[in-house]
Amino acid sequence: MKTLTVSVVTPDGPALEDAFEMVSCKAESGELGVLPGHIPMVAPLSISAVRLKKEGNSDRMAVSGGFLEVRPDKVTILAQSAEKPSDIDIERARKAKERAERRLQNKQDDIDFKRAEMALQRAINRVSVYENNF
Amino acid sequence: MASLRDIKGRINSTKKTKQITKAMQMVSASKLNKAEQNTKNFVPYSEKIQDVVTSIASSSGRAQHPMLESREVKRSGYLVITSDRGLAGAYNSSVLRTVYQRIRQQHTSADEYKLIVMGRIGRDFFEKRNMPVDKEIVGVADQPNFADIKDLAAESVQLFTDEEIDELYLFYNRYVSAISQEVTEKKALPLTNLNDGETKAATSSYEYEPNQEEILATLLPQYAESLIFGALLDGKASEHAARMTAMKSATDNADELIDDLTLSYNRARQAAITQEITEIVGGAAALE
Repeated sequence: MKTLTVSVVTPDGPALEDAFEMVSCKAESGELGVLPGHIPMVAPLSISAVRLKKEGNSDRMAVSGGFLEVRPDKVTILAQSAEKPSDIDIERARKAKERAERRLQNKQDDIDFKRAEMALQRAINRVSVYENNF
Repeated sequence: MASLRDIKGRINSTKKTKQITKAMQMVSASKLNKAEQNTKNFVPYSEKIQDVVTSIASSSGRAQHPMLESREVKRSGYLVITSDRGLAGAYNSSVLRTVYQRIRQQHTSADEYKLIVMGRIGRDFFEKRNMPVDKEIVGVADQPNFADIKDLAAESVQLFTDEEIDELYLFYNRYVSAISQEVTEKKALPLTNLNDGETKAATSSYEYEPNQEEILATLLPQYAESLIFGALLDGKASEHAARMTAMKSATDNADELIDDLTLSYNRARQAAITQEITEIVGGAAALE
């Protein structure tokens, strides 16, 4: 089976580099699946899980603030943060989730609201990637 | 001449200072190693994002975005990167002096600029001079993660988007080598110099999902944030290098001082012995 090289790069260094058969992720415009031989493309990613399939197994990563660059034999995901389930600090994510929820309940001004919403999304994403239900 | 005891005391205290500076030098050396590593880790990300941004920005469609256009400057933003702690030689003072002179020359009132400061030394410097610091972050780790400064970077970029500021300059020490750091001024926003890399941008034409404008809207803030993070990593590496050099010369100076003091200690001891002998001889002669 043909594969494509996937590299996930963050400002703190490369997070993953390996060959996979398929990448599926959630772009801002909708769910997106990439197979080898895809035409070159750039798309921003929403705060979501990226799923990587290889020989029947699937790996996943929690990604936030990123975008996807596709070339026929290579996929590069640039993200402000990207974590494998094993790297996720689940306690911290749960706490962040609670904190964000609390903040959303006592509504303050717009900027705080937006920020809390983003934080909530990131936390929910991490928790769901960790628990493998999305 | 100082007494033997005084000199002995000074030698001891100098030795203790030397131990401290020596330890600090070695700590900084290992931190510098790590900081260099961090800078290296960041390179793939920054190269890639720059690649994509330039290829979109310089592609045929001539995508428009406020962050790509210069507008009339009513208020400038300065992001200054300093350290939290001193004892780093000229690291802080040179960058602060540059910013200070720049502001003095270009602006007459505090309404014309906004300061964003990283590091305690920088914040204290501007506060002491009654210059309003708009945003600050202190206590950044020696090996910063992107998450540590993400908020500050995002807020700084937001200032530009909200037209609170019309340009953003970064001031930091660029890491050249372990013994040389340069104060650097870098224009982060607006991103007007992207087309310099045009030659390389033609390598691939992408399909954009959903379209160029949307991508630029998410990508450009991220790119600007990555510029800020890059400057911080550079600044951190310079900080450790500057501290290492400063501590090395402090250790060398302590060595020299100890040598001098030991010499005068020996001289004083010899003088005391000679005097004692003279006294004994004199006393014996008086008895005869």
